[in-house]
Amino acid sequence: MRNTITKIAAILFVAIAFTSCNDKTKPQVQFMPDMYTSVAYEPYGVNTAFANGMDSQSPVEGTIARGQVPYDYPNSNEGYDAAKNELKSPLTEYTKNSEKGKALYGIYCAVCHGKKGDGQGDLVKREKFLGIPNYKDRDITEGSIYHVIMYGRNLMGSHASQLTGEERWQVVNHVQKLRNDLLK
Amino acid sequence: MKSVKKHSQIGRLVVASLTFLFLFTFSLSAQGDAKVGKSLFNANCAACHKLDKKLVGPALGKISERREMDWLKAWIKDNNALRASGDADAIAIYEEYKGSPMTAFPQFADADIENIVAYLDADPVKKAGAAAVAAAPVEVKESGSSNLISYVVFLVLAGLVVYVYFKSDNGFLKIVATIILLFNIAYFGFTALMSIGVDQGYQPVQPIAFSHRIHAGDNKIDCQYCHSAAKNSKTSGIPSVNVCMNCHKNIGEVAEETATAEHSKAFYDGEIQKLYKAAGWDSENLEYTGETEPIVWTRIHNLPDFAYYNHSQHVTVGGIKCQKCHGPVEEMEEVYQYSPLTMGWCIDCHKETKVKMEGNGYYKNIHEDLSKKYGVEKVTVAQMGGKECGKCHY
Repeated sequence: MRNTITKIAAILFVAIAFTSCNDKTKPQVQFMPDMYTSVAYEPYGVNTAFANGMDSQSPVEGTIARGQVPYDYPNSNEGYDAAKNELKSPLTEYTKNSEKGKALYGIYCAVCHGKKGDGQGDLVKREKFLGIPNYKDRDITEGSIYHVIMYGRNLMGSHASQLTGEERWQVVNHVQKLRNDLLK
Repeated sequence: MKSVKKHSQIGRLVVASLTFLFLFTFSLSAQGDAKVGKSLFNANCAACHKLDKKLVGPALGKISERREMDWLKAWIKDNNALRASGDADAIAIYEEYKGSPMTAFPQFADADIENIVAYLDADPVKKAGAAAVAAAPVEVKESGSSNLISYVVFLVLAGLVVYVYFKSDNGFLKIVATIILLFNIAYFGFTALMSIGVDQGYQPVQPIAFSHRIHAGDNKIDCQYCHSAAKNSKTSGIPSVNVCMNCHKNIGEVAEETATAEHSKAFYDGEIQKLYKAAGWDSENLEYTGETEPIVWTRIHNLPDFAYYNHSQHVTVGGIKCQKCHGPVEEMEEVYQYSPLTMGWCIDCHKETKVKMEGNGYYKNIHEDLSKKYGVEKVTVAQMGGKECGKCHY
């Protein structure tokens, strides 16, 4: 009788030991966890020291990060018109980097505007977004393209958080190239 | 009000006569108008207007019940001029939408606008029988079944060993059983120890059931559209909700075809509502309320802090595809950790991966020196120093 109980106990022990290791929604145990997780703040971590409870904080208002160029045109119809008429690309022949502009356009714009800028991106073809204009039908300048990437317009949202200032201008450069090709 | 009434009488007359003319001349192609109108509408108007819902501009279904055809033509062709002429309706609608001007469409002929209105007046045709739910392929998870097999084998062996120990008097059998037992313990003990800190297959439950299959797979949105920090920074970046709202301002519900056997359309629509709550988006009035709340995602891929890893170094400089380490994310309904992320796994890749040396004038000399030193045409990452301790541990 005692033997049977030991047997059952042994089998149960093994069974429990195995199933408990198999939960995919939980991370594995760590050896010396203080070596894995340091006291330094992780990006996107929770942080009770700040009012909004997050590690990542917005830059202090009025400060400019190194390499960043402030954008002074307001997000309004007047700002759009002003940017359209006045704003010029600061890129030189050297920083234009048309290949990078093309790659960035492929990532951030082509999904709606289409690889050729004809408004036939994958999302349009799948009827998720409709009415994306062909670049050739719109009277746009480098200033207005930059302004729209910066703030968005109508249904298009701002893409300023996804691209740096220089990258935005490189995309503008590519959009103009596409528009010129379409107008031919 | 009086003037509007007069306006409408004339308008009605015009519409009636036009309709008559149309019926008379194109009595057979009445449906065609709406069809032509639909394609015109989808190509030019649908970016800002829906039939049944307010978007950037007002809902336009059955518009002729609310506006006169002449007014519509004048408005669509050049709404700026119409406003300048002092038309009260035009100014009112401009004010209602907080002064966001509609694009002028001078390229439209009168007939085009009539076609569009014909489409807007027709009953919106719902797609029939779209609810055909594709049977999702039942996946047998490889790791799960192999785990089960080893588990059963272990149980049987353990049972045998216990039986031999307690029931049998055969000395030889006992020795064999002991050896088997020791091997077993060694094997399972080793596996268990090796899995410490290795989270391959880790698949936590996320606060929003974001489906990479729908976004990256079906809709072919580039990984870097959302993970935009990967090209310039150490982390790949969890997109802030403004990036989600770039599309989801427009997309408040999923299409019927998006639903699978596993998750219904209602389920996915509910998940989009969670996003609206986090972003503080009022989907009725289409504006932000300002009441936001952070989405607390659970991090899956997490290197220990004593190892340095930089995304931009691999994505931008190395030109490595995301899938190389993260696996087929575009097929994952819920993301899991595809790679073990162990040191051996890193080093293996560094040993195999050849550095793209051509067209890189800046490093021409050192590339040539290295390939001479190792006597190879193309040096690997490891030969360039990708195996040195201090590259990742410092």
